[in-house]
Amino acid sequence: MTSETAAIPGRAPRTHAWWNTVNAWLLLLPAAVLLAAFTHYPILATILHSLHITRRDGASVFVGMDNYRAMFEDGIFWKVLVNNLWFALGTIPTSIALALLMALWVNRNMRGRAFLRLAYFTPTVLPMIAVANIWLFFYTPDYGLLDQIRGLFGLPAWNWLGDPSTVMGCMIVMVVWKEAGFFMIFYLAALQQLSPDLEEAAAVEGASRWYIFRRITFPLLMPTTLFVAINAVINSFKLVDHLVIMTKGGPNNASSLLLYYIYEIAFTFHDTAYGATLTAALLVILCTVALVKFGYLDRRVHYQ
Amino acid sequence: MNRSTHPLEAIAAWLLALLWLAPLAYAFWSAFHPAAYATSFSLSAPWTLENFGRAWSQAPFGRYYLNTILLVSMVLAGQLVLCTLAAYAFARFTFKGSSIAFGLVLMQLMIMPDVLIVENYRVIGWLGLLDTIPAIALPYMASAFGIFLLRQTFKSVPQELVDAARVEGAGPLTILWRVYIPLARPTYVAFALVSVSYHWNNFLWPLIVTNSVGSRPLTVGLAVFGAPETGVDWSIITAATVMTMAPLLIVFLLFQRQFVQSFMRAGIR
Repeated sequence: MTSETAAIPGRAPRTHAWWNTVNAWLLLLPAAVLLAAFTHYPILATILHSLHITRRDGASVFVGMDNYRAMFEDGIFWKVLVNNLWFALGTIPTSIALALLMALWVNRNMRGRAFLRLAYFTPTVLPMIAVANIWLFFYTPDYGLLDQIRGLFGLPAWNWLGDPSTVMGCMIVMVVWKEAGFFMIFYLAALQQLSPDLEEAAAVEGASRWYIFRRITFPLLMPTTLFVAINAVINSFKLVDHLVIMTKGGPNNASSLLLYYIYEIAFTFHDTAYGATLTAALLVILCTVALVKFGYLDRRVHYQ
Repeated sequence: MNRSTHPLEAIAAWLLALLWLAPLAYAFWSAFHPAAYATSFSLSAPWTLENFGRAWSQAPFGRYYLNTILLVSMVLAGQLVLCTLAAYAFARFTFKGSSIAFGLVLMQLMIMPDVLIVENYRVIGWLGLLDTIPAIALPYMASAFGIFLLRQTFKSVPQELVDAARVEGAGPLTILWRVYIPLARPTYVAFALVSVSYHWNNFLWPLIVTNSVGSRPLTVGLAVFGAPETGVDWSIITAATVMTMAPLLIVFLLFQRQFVQSFMRAGIR
């Protein structure tokens, strides 16, 4: 069958498909150009530059895996990686548990639930940098809020952010405060889609509230928990704004995180080759998270 | 769920809410009172706007506001156009390479411009845009999140409406404009609120690419102003902090329900 013999209302099928493709790519073009320039090219350039060093005269020299070897021998790299792990472990389970609790409360017919929802959600709309400014004051030695409370009990002043043993804890508490309300939203959305039938049936059977939560509500919320957890993991690698204000990664890198270390290396020490190498490490981590998400968790979601 | 809440639980919920509001309440207290009361709480403390006046006169906050507003509008306008066109292509055209292209878009959900600071700085440098507002905005304009969200919405538009428009002789762009966009309005509102609050608050990338008063957004201006080296009074820094948060906070309080629902809508996807 040739295209001439095709019936004429409309165009021949092959031409039609071709026309479709052209139209679609024209629609995609503006977004594709920007995505290529600011996501795909930078990813490739990161890998490329991590294999080079810039000499003092500005020439770029291929050095193979040398930067990576240096990275694996860099004590600070391991330090910030471990910090990131603690930061994630400290913030994620606590903020998810709090978020779930908040959502359960707000979802009830409780007096003043609109106010409660407002109170829990408000930190989400604040800039991290403003949050850091406010909390910086709580942690200030001597006249900060925390030390004033300690003073009431006759305890001496404590340099919360200046001591390696407390600085990470301080960051974690602040970030939990900032993020819990955000995660609450996802639980709230999920709770409102749950059918009340199961819970009512269980209540009629005389099941306790804790039993209902443990055996019915929580399992039904599992997809939400996984979704929130993945987002929280990604966030824990992105959240570094507060470090610029509060600690600059100190004392002695005790509060530094991987992205902040990248920022320091590339923009304070101007070592872009090593900055690229560290970025490559971060990309590997994010890709691993992506593989877990798309390969394992998202099988039931249809992207096409 | 009409069973009553145990009083202890209600008390716990309220305590948590007060605890959650306390840092904000503290910031407002300190901003609206003289420096002497920044650390001591007394009901008789006089109220004042002086901290705001001094913050305003010590740094160009007017300019920072303008920069942030320009930035947020530029990002949003770019995102709305680019994401609408791309989402339309993915939702309603079957074409060669569509699944690969969509995969390449989704990649940005995992590897956001926020982590590609080193190379994006280089790209912006090549374009000769360093220290400008477009430099802050460009990496975020082709938002994978926006494309994904709109594509899902466009896919739910009934085919009959599209066919009806086609019978009347409407071309692809007319159909997009007359049928798809009006029906996706709630998604647009949701996306706009999420985008505006994200970019109003964004900090690290603007800090890196800007270097002068003419391009710095509020968040970066606040960080420069409040840096410990400057030795500015605590109360004045708090006033500046409140100024930075206030516009978004006010919009949030006014459109609370809309905000929460938008974040929900954007979250479910």
